[in-house]
Amino acid sequence: MSEKYETREHDVLIIGAGGAGLRAAIAALAEGASVAVVCKSLLGKAHTVMAEGGIAAAMANVDAADDWRTHFRDTMRGGKFLNNWRMAQIHALEAPDGVRELEQWGALFDRTSSGEILQRAFGGHTFKRLCHVGDRTGLEMIRTLQDRGVHMGIDVYMECTITRLLKDGDRVAGAFGYWRESGRFIVFKAKSVVIASGGIGKAWRITSNSWEYTGDGMALAYEAGAELMDMEFVQFHPTGMVWPPGVQGILVTEAVRGEGGVLRNNVGERFMERYDPEKMELSTRDVVARAIYTEAKEGRGTEHGGAFLDISHKPADYVKRKLPSMYHQFRELADVDITLEPMEVGPTCHYMMGGIRVEAESAQATVPGLFAAGEAAAGLHGANRLGGNSLSDLLVFGRRAGLAGARHAKNVGPSAIDESQIEAAAKESLTPFLHLDGRSPYDIHSDLQDVMQNYVGIFRNEEDLIKGLNGVLRLTDEMIRVRVEGSRLFNPGWHLAQDLKSMLIVSEAVAMSALERKESRGAHSRIDFPKYDDAWGRQNNIIFRAGDEMKLRQQEISKMPTDLEKLLSSE
Amino acid sequence: MPDATFKILRGDNKSSAFVEYTVPIAPGMVVLDALHYIQAHQAPDLAVRWNCKAGRCGSCSAEVNGRPRLTCKLRLDALPLEAPITVQPMRTFPVIKDLVTDVSWNYRVNEKIPPFTPRENVEWKMKQRDIDRVQEFRKCIECFLCQNVCHVLRDHDKGEQFGGPRFFVRVAGLEMHPLDGLSRTQLLRQDLGIGFCNITKCCTEVCPEDIHITDNAIIPLKERVIDNHYDPVSWFLRKIRKR
Repeated sequence: MSEKYETREHDVLIIGAGGAGLRAAIAALAEGASVAVVCKSLLGKAHTVMAEGGIAAAMANVDAADDWRTHFRDTMRGGKFLNNWRMAQIHALEAPDGVRELEQWGALFDRTSSGEILQRAFGGHTFKRLCHVGDRTGLEMIRTLQDRGVHMGIDVYMECTITRLLKDGDRVAGAFGYWRESGRFIVFKAKSVVIASGGIGKAWRITSNSWEYTGDGMALAYEAGAELMDMEFVQFHPTGMVWPPGVQGILVTEAVRGEGGVLRNNVGERFMERYDPEKMELSTRDVVARAIYTEAKEGRGTEHGGAFLDISHKPADYVKRKLPSMYHQFRELADVDITLEPMEVGPTCHYMMGGIRVEAESAQATVPGLFAAGEAAAGLHGANRLGGNSLSDLLVFGRRAGLAGARHAKNVGPSAIDESQIEAAAKESLTPFLHLDGRSPYDIHSDLQDVMQNYVGIFRNEEDLIKGLNGVLRLTDEMIRVRVEGSRLFNPGWHLAQDLKSMLIVSEAVAMSALERKESRGAHSRIDFPKYDDAWGRQNNIIFRAGDEMKLRQQEISKMPTDLEKLLSSE
Repeated sequence: MPDATFKILRGDNKSSAFVEYTVPIAPGMVVLDALHYIQAHQAPDLAVRWNCKAGRCGSCSAEVNGRPRLTCKLRLDALPLEAPITVQPMRTFPVIKDLVTDVSWNYRVNEKIPPFTPRENVEWKMKQRDIDRVQEFRKCIECFLCQNVCHVLRDHDKGEQFGGPRFFVRVAGLEMHPLDGLSRTQLLRQDLGIGFCNITKCCTEVCPEDIHITDNAIIPLKERVIDNHYDPVSWFLRKIRKR
């Protein structure tokens, strides 16, 4: 072919270097596999560093009555019973070991007075369950995993973007991508591919996510023939910053509420009394996000359309010690001293509960050799994720995906990748340079963010969702002629054009699934169907590719064993 | 609101020049917001690294008006706007393009440092007061601004013999971990060349996480190196213990 590329060969290729990807790499290395981790940013910058509040694990260090059964029940209730129950069970059982491993690899969690790992309260968790390091738990986790992985011998390909999975017949055989720095192409041959590339938050205007979260892994899997599931369930975190404009959407950790922060509207009312009098501020995220949105919409919001979140009743020293990042973030970016005055907060697009449909035990997708873990995978969180369950998800299912990927690699023979796939991928990647009159990727992206924010947001109805879906399809058409200027050397406009393709595929899946589910459940709130519907409660929406068309079908949720079912009904 | 003018050093490792851009100011705007505005409206191929935009990931380091800063935390209302605001890449590292530099050397240094190695049969219990100081070191977001300003690296280019403040902070976090059983003083003395540091505190001044790099990490490590390798009493005790 005309375009040159380098080739690398590994047993297991992991796409994404956040918590799930690094935990998968460590597990695969421990099985003796040769492992590559590819990430779009520098190592250690993945969105896991932004995780603040903690890792949910029933260690029972603070509340002795906690155990996996209660964690399982909380997770299922939080997910409005749409979760893959087996994943929720595995997760609750294995999370404490995941935390202990981190500690044995050097992580330093905050301590109880008797020297154990300290745990804090969080929304939807019956007991104090979140192991944490102030409000920078994710940084501690990623640094620990990063150092462990590097010393075990992962090959890390930093600032490298994968644009296509390569196949040999039905099975995955590798991936095609480019170095962001030079723009040169690279082909990975691998017997197993683990997708751990996170979510799709960057398709919305107001988001806590960075530029990386463009749904790449989900789009790659979909294009390779894998199924996506529960794509209508997008979590809007209740508390993002709302002012000034440049920081809109930046996360304000739930730990503020976990540590006793209260929410008030513009007349000083603690409005959560009207939405969830029992759990108040520590209700689940879907409920709190809708409450804040409703207060603002009905004229009881703050000057900039949010709610007040106040922790200033706690001693200033305590606030600075337990929430140091929040203290600095507000002082430096918003001129607010949170030890003295309330913060202004409002909902921000935060997390995708849906994703690649996987098998619970092995994290294997519906394509042989393809695995997925973390935010990129679906199932564990159902219709709504509890705070703290994301970091534990990364540890538990990252490990399982890495193990299964390494074992799969041992059991399969060599594969062949025909050159035409590589040629097609290279051509697709370079086409935007040839267009002289198309739209800029920045403009298309901005339009997409408006479409998703306005029509596929917290509250939905049929009319909006149709507008949203049509909007995405119109932009997908415009993408055919997207125009990129400059050279291939570290060119953010070109990079965005590649990421946009994934964003549009995943956005279409979200809008389509949201339009189909005619009920309200968890993070999916339909104004035109405001109640739960039992029939919908028994099935997941599945997105798959038929020819060049995106299709949707329903899949009945498998029956839960009676012993687990009993756990759900007990108090 | 008035406009702000930016002069951004654009180019690659062969040639570069300042290019001027005008950006409308919004309330609370930070330098990174302005860079994004320029990308979206004027220079789609302007190379910039960033991720979290909240001061947590340490990706967006640059030199603004000659000062090393995280561009996501530097507000325009903290800068004089009469003159153009200059933005340049970190000078210590080789330029790839525009504001993006090659920081791979840092990752190579990190690989030299033996990881956390717990003592045998430890009980996994620690007092908060015993880990407070290590947690300070663990706040590091690897923005490499300390490496950028350290004159041993910036002016004397001692990267092959010197680890730099970032990695003294990392070693301090391991050495002072209550359950770690390894000594890294030999590494500090030889491979990481801690002796080159003459405590000018430039690193501490630029740390966006307010880590007391010099006082809390480097000076105590220097003392450990001296105790272990130059103090005759501890040298003698070590000999006896080894036997």
